[in-house]
Amino acid sequence: MTAYSITEPTPRSKLIAGLLVVLYTIVTLLPLVWIISTGFKSGPDSISYPPKVLFEPSLEGYVNLFTTRTRVAAEEFQNLPPAETWYDEIVRDSGMVIAGPSRFGERFLNSVIIGFGSTFLSIFLGTLAAYAFSRFKVPLKDDLLFFILSTRMMPPIAVAIPIYLMYRELGLSDTHLGMILLYTAVNISLAVWLLKGFIDEIPREYEEAALIDGYTRFQAFRKVVLPQAATGIASTAIFCLIFAWNEYAFAVLLTSGTAQTAPPFIPTIIGVGGQDWPAVAAGATIFLLPVMIFTILLRKHLLRGITFGAVRK
Amino acid sequence: MPDPVAVIASATPDPIARKVRGLSDRAIAWLFVAPTIFLLLAINIFPLIWTVRLSFTNYRANRPNEEVEWVGLRNYIRILTDDGIWANMQTTAHFLFWTLFFQVLLGFTLAWLINRKFKGNDLLTTLIVLPMMLSPAVVGNFWTFLYQPQIGLVNYMVELLTGTPASSFSMLGAGGYAKWSIIIVDTWMWTPFVMLICLAGLRSIPDYIYEAAEIDRASKWRQFWTITIPMVLPFLMLAVLFRGIENFKMFDMVVLLTGGGPGNETLLASIDLKREAFEKWRTGYSSAYAIILFVTVFGLASIYVKALNKVKER
Amino acid sequence: MKARLLAATSAAALSVAGMASAQENELTLCWAAWDPANALVELSKDFETQSGIKMNFEFVPWPNFADRMLNELNSGGQLCDLLIGDSQWIGGSAENGHYVKLNDFFDAEGISMDDFAPATVRAYSTWPKGEPNYYALPAMGDANGWFYRKDWFARPEIQAEFKEKYGRDLAEPKTQKELLEIAQFFQGREIDGQTVYGASIFTERGSEGITMGATGALYAWGFKYENTPGKYDMEGAVNSPEAVEALEFYKELYKTATPPGYDNAYMEQSLDAFKSGQVAMAMNWFAFFPGLYADPNTGGDKIDFFVNPAQNVAASTLGGQGISVVSYTDNMDGALAYIKWFAQPDVQKKWWSMGGYSCHKAVLEDPDFVNTAPFAGDFLEAMGGVQDFWQEPAYASLLLAMQERLHNYVVADQGTAQEALDGLIADWTEVFEDEGKL
Repeated sequence: MTAYSITEPTPRSKLIAGLLVVLYTIVTLLPLVWIISTGFKSGPDSISYPPKVLFEPSLEGYVNLFTTRTRVAAEEFQNLPPAETWYDEIVRDSGMVIAGPSRFGERFLNSVIIGFGSTFLSIFLGTLAAYAFSRFKVPLKDDLLFFILSTRMMPPIAVAIPIYLMYRELGLSDTHLGMILLYTAVNISLAVWLLKGFIDEIPREYEEAALIDGYTRFQAFRKVVLPQAATGIASTAIFCLIFAWNEYAFAVLLTSGTAQTAPPFIPTIIGVGGQDWPAVAAGATIFLLPVMIFTILLRKHLLRGITFGAVRK
Repeated sequence: MPDPVAVIASATPDPIARKVRGLSDRAIAWLFVAPTIFLLLAINIFPLIWTVRLSFTNYRANRPNEEVEWVGLRNYIRILTDDGIWANMQTTAHFLFWTLFFQVLLGFTLAWLINRKFKGNDLLTTLIVLPMMLSPAVVGNFWTFLYQPQIGLVNYMVELLTGTPASSFSMLGAGGYAKWSIIIVDTWMWTPFVMLICLAGLRSIPDYIYEAAEIDRASKWRQFWTITIPMVLPFLMLAVLFRGIENFKMFDMVVLLTGGGPGNETLLASIDLKREAFEKWRTGYSSAYAIILFVTVFGLASIYVKALNKVKER
Repeated sequence: MKARLLAATSAAALSVAGMASAQENELTLCWAAWDPANALVELSKDFETQSGIKMNFEFVPWPNFADRMLNELNSGGQLCDLLIGDSQWIGGSAENGHYVKLNDFFDAEGISMDDFAPATVRAYSTWPKGEPNYYALPAMGDANGWFYRKDWFARPEIQAEFKEKYGRDLAEPKTQKELLEIAQFFQGREIDGQTVYGASIFTERGSEGITMGATGALYAWGFKYENTPGKYDMEGAVNSPEAVEALEFYKELYKTATPPGYDNAYMEQSLDAFKSGQVAMAMNWFAFFPGLYADPNTGGDKIDFFVNPAQNVAASTLGGQGISVVSYTDNMDGALAYIKWFAQPDVQKKWWSMGGYSCHKAVLEDPDFVNTAPFAGDFLEAMGGVQDFWQEPAYASLLLAMQERLHNYVVADQGTAQEALDGLIADWTEVFEDEGKL
């Protein structure tokens, strides 16, 4: 195709389109920039009235996010040994001392275990099922596929009550395993449908050649199909991860002390009197990073994933 | 369009399959499909049946020692004759309609603009997508801060741009703004999703169709309405389906943003259901409520999917 | 230290058996995440040294506290061995067997409920109300009170202007109506180049905020839940002319004397408004007062405190909690040992000195008590007239109904106060009928 193909937009229309999109990007990123910058404000700056656009950066929010702090009596405060670390110093400036680490680290770790665990399991089971649906004669195939998709339509609230009762009986409440299974069940329909689209596109001749060479079905699947489906698997994984990483309703209901993930935790970070907005913002920023990195790395496959692999190039 | 999978599958030559060592194909197929089906039965279907059963009782999950009675259709009758619940359904419908409207409008426009393939469109697409990576709970929580009249960003920007004093209005308070405020946040967060799907649709249109239209001297305007829109429509409808289902069950973002207030202005049916089930612990009653919501969304989605298939076939 | 290290290593080596014994020597205490909870962590270090039991804490922020903890109890969870739960939960937790009944334990250990302030014992420990069945030990006395900018009140030009307008000195209000006047006086005023507002009050919709705020006015006008206690006869009590007037008052206060946008405000927002210098007065729980007094910007000599003003009667909305043993605990002995330790007068005195509101008479009846903090006297006065919301097992349904009715009327501007309270009786009647109590 030449540079001046009739379907290629004119430079002027490109410019206008570009400017409009840049404008939208700026508007839409403002709240996000505000969240990230609030994470670097001091407590008083964050709730200043009117809001402060320029401020002296502070790591107070991040320190508060990772610690619990306590107030000590004035005379005792005077007699404390000098602050040892930079974060001690920040806390001392607000008239408090560090009492210990906060729960954020644990909650974040839970999110990692549950988010990545359920993503892995969804992809693992989803790839197997998608392969079977793609390659074999499965009885009632269409019905089963529709059944799998229809579970996606189910509002979680419709099943939340019995799941709550069931988990209570089975002792799965507030466990990593329970949450991984639950998120896998929610994600698997998406995974099967997306992956079936990708595997359908891999020519069967490759496997057949491998089978004739003496591979078993398992070996052919592992050594031929899986490598070919890698990018599809990756883009499916993004969508599963975004859901499992950010889920709130079930997390609030089914987890408390041991398996609670970060989304129910972040909105409840409270300092001494009042919501600690810099710490909340710091938590939100740190929590966004893994999905953001994952997405940027795999951005080329995002488009295909989102349309159930419907775009054929 | 015939299902390509079915065609290929039925064409698999049997001799090859028979030559394979190890498990038979059929056994492998079952082995591969069974875990998925089992998981869905255990965590989706079994609980759903249980919910149906509970919906005919007066069971309360916080009173294990009390006797459970069958109450027949009483829970359903109570819900369907409750004005409050109809009001919540209307609130949900309002939220659903306007979020879809704005997201489709903005999402499609953006995709259409980005499809001009100007320099840097990849980077901008990635940036625009960022809000949907955030957790809805975090979004709802943080927007209460952004909407705060004195210290928040939104009122401050309005004052800066229009001169209306920041303290003179409250986005989440009385005055009727609250139900639009939740729509703004949802639109901010999810427009990128619709945009991505539309972009995929636009990129799936082969160039030769436009080339043929040019040769026929069809105007750009005509090309837009006779080629672009019909070709993107199935994608757009898919986006509406996904967003519609998601927003029908919307809970986290709104609950953290308004708690259903002021009064009941933003009390979506799903928030009300959560209160009935896990704050009042009226388990039987709320099971009936859940079933009614489920039937509604399932019914609407089925009708919609039929329409979608028709559009696809054209 | 060395011995403990050794113990830890051998426990690890013994694996299963070691794990079990390690668990027995741990306790988890659950409470809300707020200032006094941090003080309790400090206080409990003494218990750890004395008993060798390791204390863990699970603090849940207020907006989620009830949901999370009731969910935990209802699912028979073993997260908490000890729970400092809200006073309204006691009915449900006693009837459903979530809390251990402590009478025998108190008798055996010589802990007497007569040593605690009667209002707190009734509110935090007993079910049915006032009967000598104890399900908790009063742990944290609390009520809704007020604080104000003493430095602003003291400015001569402001004082002069106030006197001219109202014919009396600007001082801590003695009645609810005086409170309103003062708040209106400050509303929209320029102080140090900033527009400030009258008072920040509770208006929150989602949990219990607006109910806890508005009852401050309702109780002061003489509001009662029932004509005859225990009979659930609410007609004429809940919607009495006084109650209607009080609710109209609360709406006027909200509409004419609070900062704009505080339409979904509870503890945190009230504190934010005060600490960012937006308001002259604010309501909040006494529990926050030590922290407010210590605040570098608005504390110290810039702040003072007053008890909820009376109108027809002196009354304050009750907060506060008792400490209970959760019946699903796997360390019953440890949990009881903690209660026993906590009930000692010396520990209670230290508790108060660290910012916890002790309910023990050894603390409260000490003649020097009122001088220990600028809000100590107000606290005593408030606890003398506290009233609490329903403590019924169905309290959550009752509370949700009240939240909805009040928020609809006060914030969303729908209907009249009379209609709101009439509607509330209808809602509550339905709940009690469901419960089989009517």
